[in-house]
Amino acid sequence: MGQTRHCKQKTAMSWPCVGEAGRTGDWRTLRPVVDPEKCVAARKGKIVCMQCWMFCPDNVISRTAPPEIDMEYCKGCGVCVQVCPSQAIEMRPEHAEDVAASTKEEASCDR
Amino acid sequence: MATNTLNLPEQEYMLPGNRACAGCSVGIVFRHMSKALDGKAIFVVPASCFTVLCGMYPTASVQVPVMNSVFPGTAACASGIAASLKKQGRDDLTVVAMAGDGGTADIGMQGLSGAAERNANVFFVCYDNEAYMNTGTQRSSLTPLGAKTTTTPAKGKMQFAKDLPAIVEAHDIPYIATASPGYPGDLYDKVCTARGISGTRFMHINAPCPPGWQFPTAETVAMAQLAVETGAFILFEIMDGKFQLTGKSLALADKDNRQPVRKFIELQSRFGVLDEETLARLQERVDERWRKAVARHRAEE
Amino acid sequence: MTVDTQSVSVITGNRAAAEAARLARVDVVAAYPITPQSPVVETLSKYIETGVLDAEFITVESEHSAMGVCIGAATSGSRVFTASSANGLAYMCEQLSWAAGSRLPIVMGCANRAMSAPWSVLNDQQDAMSQRDQGWIQLYCRNNQEILDTFLQGFRIAEQVKLPVMVCYDGFILSHTVMPVDIPEQEQVDAYLPPYSVHTILDPEEPRNVNPVTLANPRLNGDGVLCHGYMEFRYLMEQAHKEALDMIVVADEEFEACFGRRWGGLLWSYQLEDAEVVLLAAGSLAGEATISADMLRSEGIRAGVLGLRAYRPFPAAAVADALKEAGLVVVFDKSLSYGYDGPIRRDVQAALFEHRVMPEVHGYIAGLGGRDIKARELVDAARDSITWAEQGKGPKPTDWINLQL
Repeated sequence: MGQTRHCKQKTAMSWPCVGEAGRTGDWRTLRPVVDPEKCVAARKGKIVCMQCWMFCPDNVISRTAPPEIDMEYCKGCGVCVQVCPSQAIEMRPEHAEDVAASTKEEASCDR
Repeated sequence: MATNTLNLPEQEYMLPGNRACAGCSVGIVFRHMSKALDGKAIFVVPASCFTVLCGMYPTASVQVPVMNSVFPGTAACASGIAASLKKQGRDDLTVVAMAGDGGTADIGMQGLSGAAERNANVFFVCYDNEAYMNTGTQRSSLTPLGAKTTTTPAKGKMQFAKDLPAIVEAHDIPYIATASPGYPGDLYDKVCTARGISGTRFMHINAPCPPGWQFPTAETVAMAQLAVETGAFILFEIMDGKFQLTGKSLALADKDNRQPVRKFIELQSRFGVLDEETLARLQERVDERWRKAVARHRAEE
Repeated sequence: MTVDTQSVSVITGNRAAAEAARLARVDVVAAYPITPQSPVVETLSKYIETGVLDAEFITVESEHSAMGVCIGAATSGSRVFTASSANGLAYMCEQLSWAAGSRLPIVMGCANRAMSAPWSVLNDQQDAMSQRDQGWIQLYCRNNQEILDTFLQGFRIAEQVKLPVMVCYDGFILSHTVMPVDIPEQEQVDAYLPPYSVHTILDPEEPRNVNPVTLANPRLNGDGVLCHGYMEFRYLMEQAHKEALDMIVVADEEFEACFGRRWGGLLWSYQLEDAEVVLLAAGSLAGEATISADMLRSEGIRAGVLGLRAYRPFPAAAVADALKEAGLVVVFDKSLSYGYDGPIRRDVQAALFEHRVMPEVHGYIAGLGGRDIKARELVDAARDSITWAEQGKGPKPTDWINLQL
């Protein structure tokens, strides 16, 4: 279990970090894939539409052209697919071996 | 100009890799609330789904100060912070009480009523996922008629949800609004408005919950939008007593083209196979509240 | 003790509590009315409304919220005060635990009152005793001067060891009875208890999540440091209580240096040096026992009194040391741990056993729900115990004083 003698806290207080719940990308069974031929932002090469960024419940989609999805933490909910007005995103099955490779023991958090 | 997708601030206060369920609408709500507050807020959170989203010791997933509170104590704790900040002469921070439907309308009601009656300088936000989702979907007073929960497992809830904004309005506070994660621009603008007002401000936010309402995670935003498009959830704000429909609800009132409630209900397995009588009662209730809202909007325009 | 008669006022215990809060320059007061505590916060609300005290007064809708406001205000850097009694204190229950677990230096008054049902507004100590395991320091007072002084000491203790302090004083017997009290000058108090320096842990400049869900086992933070589990925080809280055993004494000694009077720290005694029979209690009842001790001495019985000032943390070593020469200890409790008699008696017995001090210990339940206790009745109880012990009758069942059943 390990000793906590380097912890100086008298009460429970947490500081923010990315990946609080670990690599939540491991939760996915389906992954969103953006089709640059259909995505308006990708096609125009500028910040337009951005519905996927705005509605992402996990803040894993960048406000860029094209939008990039952080697969380390995307939980695969599929909201982006549903809100995309150009049907440019689709959910594809995860490959089991990829998921296993990305799983890291005890990594509670990335700064 | 109303806020839209492209003029929303880019700065984020919620970090990826948090503990919320996939497709949780509270993530969308918090992202746009915290943007509107510019991160200059102290959040008070009772036991709730948002506690889970914020993370477990010693790591956190949100970049705003959060103070956890006992379940019924949100409004009082927030009042205490507000009083303390006032004594210290700090007026740059908004104290946000962020509770679920149980922490607001059930166990938190007395504390909220007390704070609102005192006009405590607190912005109270109820994200309403319509049951005790954090403990496994038990009914609350805001669970709708006919919805199955783990404490209304066979017949579904026998009562209507109570009218939370109306209860809060009876306290005569300066600002009340409703908002939806289906319409982030409207939500953002209302939080900005609330931020600029002192005294008790209240916001009731519809918060679709994929596991609790039993719909696919991808449909969270569609569900939030259907709630508004059917009139089951109405977007409005009440500023110093003046009631106005906003955003999509205002557009629906102008065009008179609401969708039937059935379209919203049938996508949620928690309603099971609703009998026609219950569905008719739900529709009737929605229609009645909608008529009143539109009439009040026009009368106070 | 020398008293400057210029500053002596004849005031109630509740007024003494309010004067202490004023002199402590509290920033935020939150309270809800309950008999017999109400006059404390009525006085403070008057001081705040009329500008005598620069503080925020929050007229909450319940005691649960009173402690909630105190928790919020203390976390965001204010010195806070509240007071309650009986059902009000019980209604705060989960907040009391939250305040202690948050290690907040909140000081509250408890004008001790009987717990219902049935209704009673009168005195005993069941209310505070029922909350003893919430993590609060509990100090008991014997007169109105001690009330004022103990509140000031309470802030010193709380802010040093980071634990909340409950100052307990008997309802009506002290809360509503006037006594001469030396009310110190503000400058004197400022020297003992400097105005609170604001320090908030709730700031967007360094956002953090205070008191989130904490797991049973330690967990790594973002910097790779293994941080405490729930149990480590509980251990630290218990350590703070052990520290408080020293700090309660220090606060009293420093108080004496500033004000010329002290109250004994953890315990006080009366005629204890050569006492064979020791009467032991907490609060005003212990004060009354000094009269009983005098009466017993006039009858040729070498009696003394041990007054318990700190109940949590429990001064076990000090109690054992004070009682090491005693042949018989008679403990009077104004409350019950139902099914196991008086809580003070049981704690005293455990302390003595732990330290291998083995006088005979007898327990009496007295004054529940405001039933009057006369000094003569304590004398009678002590005499019964002496007879019992002389006859070598073994363990004595707890007796109830003046029970009319």
